[in-house]
Amino acid sequence: MTNAQGGAPAEVGGEPDDSDERWALALSAIEVLAAAGSSIGGALVRARPGPVRDAWTDALAMIAPLRRLPSNTDADALDGGLDLTATLAQGRAVIREGILAAARGSILVVPMAERLAPALAARLAAAIDEGAPPIILFDESDAADEDRDRVSASLADRLAIHLDLGPVRLGMAALLAGEPPPPMALMAQPGAPVRDCETALAVGAAQLGIASIRAPILAARVARANAAADGRDVLREADMAVAGALVLGPRATRMPPPPEEDEQQPPPEEPPPEEPPANDPPPDEPPGEDESDEPPSIDPTDLVLDAAQTALPPDLLRALANGAVMRSGKSQGSSGAKQKSLTSGRPAGVRPGMPGRGARLALIETIKTAAPWQKIRPTRDDGRLSIRSDDLRIRRFSARTETTTVFAVDASGSAAFARLAEAKGAVELLLAEAYVKRAEVAMVAFRGQDAVLALPPTRSLARAKRELGALAGGGGTPMAAGIDMARGVAEAERRRGRTPMVVILTDGRANVGGGVGQNPQEAAMVAARALGATGIASVFIDCSARPRPEGGKLAEAMNARLVALPRVDAKAVVAAVKAAGKAAGNSGT
Amino acid sequence: MGTPFPFTAIVGQHEMKQALLMAAVEPRLGGVMVFGDRGTGKSTAVRALAGLLPPMKVVPGCRYGCAPADTSPCIEGCRERAGKAVIEAPVPFVDLPLGATEDRVVGSLDLERALATGEKRFEPGLLAKANRGFLYIDEINLLEDHLVDLLLDVAVSGQNVVEREGLSIRHPARFILIGSGNPEEGELRPQLLDRFGLSVDVRTPSDLGERIEIVKRCDRFDRDPVGFAADFAASEKETLDSIAKARVRLPKVHVGDDMLVLGARLCSAVGADGLRGELTLLRAARAQAALSGKKEVKAHHVAEVATMALRHRLRRNVLDDTGSAGRITRAVSELLAA
Repeated sequence: MTNAQGGAPAEVGGEPDDSDERWALALSAIEVLAAAGSSIGGALVRARPGPVRDAWTDALAMIAPLRRLPSNTDADALDGGLDLTATLAQGRAVIREGILAAARGSILVVPMAERLAPALAARLAAAIDEGAPPIILFDESDAADEDRDRVSASLADRLAIHLDLGPVRLGMAALLAGEPPPPMALMAQPGAPVRDCETALAVGAAQLGIASIRAPILAARVARANAAADGRDVLREADMAVAGALVLGPRATRMPPPPEEDEQQPPPEEPPPEEPPANDPPPDEPPGEDESDEPPSIDPTDLVLDAAQTALPPDLLRALANGAVMRSGKSQGSSGAKQKSLTSGRPAGVRPGMPGRGARLALIETIKTAAPWQKIRPTRDDGRLSIRSDDLRIRRFSARTETTTVFAVDASGSAAFARLAEAKGAVELLLAEAYVKRAEVAMVAFRGQDAVLALPPTRSLARAKRELGALAGGGGTPMAAGIDMARGVAEAERRRGRTPMVVILTDGRANVGGGVGQNPQEAAMVAARALGATGIASVFIDCSARPRPEGGKLAEAMNARLVALPRVDAKAVVAAVKAAGKAAGNSGT
Repeated sequence: MGTPFPFTAIVGQHEMKQALLMAAVEPRLGGVMVFGDRGTGKSTAVRALAGLLPPMKVVPGCRYGCAPADTSPCIEGCRERAGKAVIEAPVPFVDLPLGATEDRVVGSLDLERALATGEKRFEPGLLAKANRGFLYIDEINLLEDHLVDLLLDVAVSGQNVVEREGLSIRHPARFILIGSGNPEEGELRPQLLDRFGLSVDVRTPSDLGERIEIVKRCDRFDRDPVGFAADFAASEKETLDSIAKARVRLPKVHVGDDMLVLGARLCSAVGADGLRGELTLLRAARAQAALSGKKEVKAHHVAEVATMALRHRLRRNVLDDTGSAGRITRAVSELLAA
C-alpha cells in the first residue's frame, strides 16, 4: 500500500524524474496561497503521510498557523453553538466558537480528505463560497485503485490548487537536517508581460477538456496571486505557467491538440467537434495584434498548456496509455448521505448520554430526570434547576437503512442473450422504483473465464442504461468467480452502511473455475458457503427449464431463498427480489 | 458580505435566468429546479437575483420577517409591539446546507434560554429565516428523505408547523424553493420533482467566446467589485424595473379561453400527469407575458415556457430514451401549427 508513496519514481507516465520540478511547484503553491488567501479556496494535495508531506506542511506553516480538521469532525462543530457541559457547570449560556470562525487567519488542514463525510464536505464547500479560511485537503487514497473513495467533487472543484506530491523525492541530507531544500523558481525570470491572460486561460482550459468554468476563473486568481507574491502588478509569463501547472493541468481530462506547425506525431485522440482548432484566435482579441507581435513573447495559451502538461493527473496518463477516454467530472456514487442512528432520521426515543458529535440533547427528558433529585442536591444560589451530567438524555433516531441489490448474472451459454436482457430489464425496473426507497443496484456478469462488475452500485437510471448497454454474453460458466465478486461488492456496500442483497441469476452448473484437484462445481460451493457465512441476504434464481439439484445445493450453501423461474422475465425477477427483501427485512431488523 | 455579483453580468444561461425572473414575479409558481453540472453558475445566479430584488418592508424585531401590511396575526404579536414602525430589510437568501439537522431547519426549543432562565421559547430555524425570500438547496437529490418530505410540506402550505419538545407553534414560511442537482448522482423522487413549478437544465457553456467572457468578468469582479457592479448598474436597474412592473401588471394579464384550451391540449398531448402541470403552465405563461410587458397571454408565451413548466412532469417511460424537452417541443410545434 505505502509502495505508491515509497518507491515508484517512474510511475507517472514513465517520465524519468520530475521530482525537482514538482517540489518547486509545490513550494510556489505555498507562495500563491500566502498571497491569495481565501479567494482561491485552497489546495487539494495528493499525498500520503511521509517526509515529503511533512516538509511541505512545515513550509506551509510558515505563512499561517495550521489547524487540523479530522475528516470525521461533526458538521455542527464547524459552526459552533452552545457548549452544554460548560453551560451546566456555570449556570449561564456558554457559546463555543465554531471551527470555521476560530480558524480565521489560519489554514484548515484536512487529512484523509477522501473519507470526509458528505455533509461535512458540503458545509466546507458552502463555507468556501462565503469566504472561509483556506482549506488544504490531503487526498491519501491510492490513485491506482478504481474503487477508492474520492474527494467530494464539488469541494475539489472549489479548491484552485491541485497538487501531487507523490513523485517528489527529497534529498536525504536535507531531510535529516530537518529543513526543506531551497525553493527553486519555476522560471528563473518572470518573462515578458502577458496580455489578455483570461482568454489564454479560458482557451487552455477548453483544450484540456475541463468542463467546469470555475477552473479558468480560479486560474486567473492564482496567476494574479503569483504576480503579487513577486511584488508585481503586471502579469508575466511565469504567472501563466504557475496557473497552468497548479490549476489547469491537474484537472485535464485529455491532452491538448498539438500545435499545427511542428506536428510530429498524431494527436493522441480526436478533439470533440465543438473544439476550435488550436490556433484559432479567440473571438474578442483585437485583430492584427498577432502579426505585429515582437518575436520573444510566446503565445500565452501555449505557455499555459506547456506548464499544464507538467502536472497532468496520473489517471489521465493511465487512461491514455490504455487508449481509453477519461470520463470527466463523474463523481462516484458514494456521495449519498450516510444514515447514522444518533443524528438523523425520524425520532425514536431517548437514552442517557452526552450530547455532541451529532447527538442532540433531549431537554424535556433531561429535566424530568433531574427533577426528583432537586431536594437532595445542594440548592443553587440562583434558585435554578441543578442538573448534572448523569441526567443528560440524548435523542435517538431511527434511519431507514438503504438497500443495495447486487445482481450476479450468468451470461454464459446459448440462453445468455434472453437472460441478460431480462436481468437488465429487472435492474431498470428496480431503479425506476428506487427513488422511493433510495435503493441502489449493482450488476456482476460472469461468463467465459471471469466475472466483471458490469454496473457499480448506482441509483442513477441514466447511468445504468449507459453502462449496461454493451454487455455481451456467451462462453463458459465461472460460477465461483461470479459469486465471489458479488460477495465482494455486497461486503463493500455493507461497509458503507447500506443493506446489501445478492441476487444470483443462472440456469446451470459451473463448468469453469476451481484450482488444481477441484472441479468447478466444488469451487462454486466454496464460494457459495463464503457468501452464506457473511450473513448477507441472497436469492438464487434458477432459470433453467428443468431445475437441477446443483442449484438447490448452491442455494442452500449460501443460505439463499431458491426461486425457480423456468421462463425468466424482468417483472418476475423483480417480484422475487422484493419478496426476499421483505422477508429479510422482517427477520433481520 | 461584500458586493454581490450582478445578475445581468451572468453570461449565457438564458433559460435559468428567465425561470428565476418568472419565479420572482409570480411566487405562486412554486420554485425552480435546476439540473446541471458543477460550476455552471447556479448558485451565483440565485444569489445575484436575491441581491437584485428591492429591500422588503418588515416589522422591526420580528423573527419571522412579517410584512407590515400582512393581516394574519404573527405568533409573537410583532405588529402590536412595533406599532407603526417599519424597517427595510434585504430579501432573504437562505442556503440550506446538505448536512443540516431537522432542528436547524424547522427550529427548536431555544436551549440557551431554557437552560439559563427556564423559559420555553422557540428558536426559529432556517424556514423562518427564508420567509418571503429564497430557500436554495444545492444537490437536493442528496438531501435526506425525511427533510425533503418536510420541506415539501412547508413549501406547499406556506406554513411551518412545529410539534416537538413540548412546543406547539405555527409560523408563516412562504419562500421560493430553488433546488439544484446533478441527475448523474441519483434520481429525484417524482413526488418531489412535481412540486417544483419550473425545471431547467443548465449546461457548462461550450462556446469558447462565452467561456472567455465569463473568466474576464469574474476576474474584473475580483479586482474591483464596486466598479464592476457600477458598470452593470443600468442593466440591473432595468431588470429590477421590469420585475416591479411585471408584478404590478401580473394580476391584470388576461388569459383567454383559447389559451386555456391550448394548455389543456398541450398537457394531454405530452402526457403530463395532474392538474398541477396545467396550472403551472398557464401561470408561467402569464408571468412571461407580464415580464414582456403584454396584457394578454399569446400562444407564443405558452410555447416559450412549455419546456420549463412541463419537462419534469412527463410520465417516465423506462424504455424510452427520448428527452422530455424533445417531446414537448414536438408537441408544441404540432399544436401551434394546427
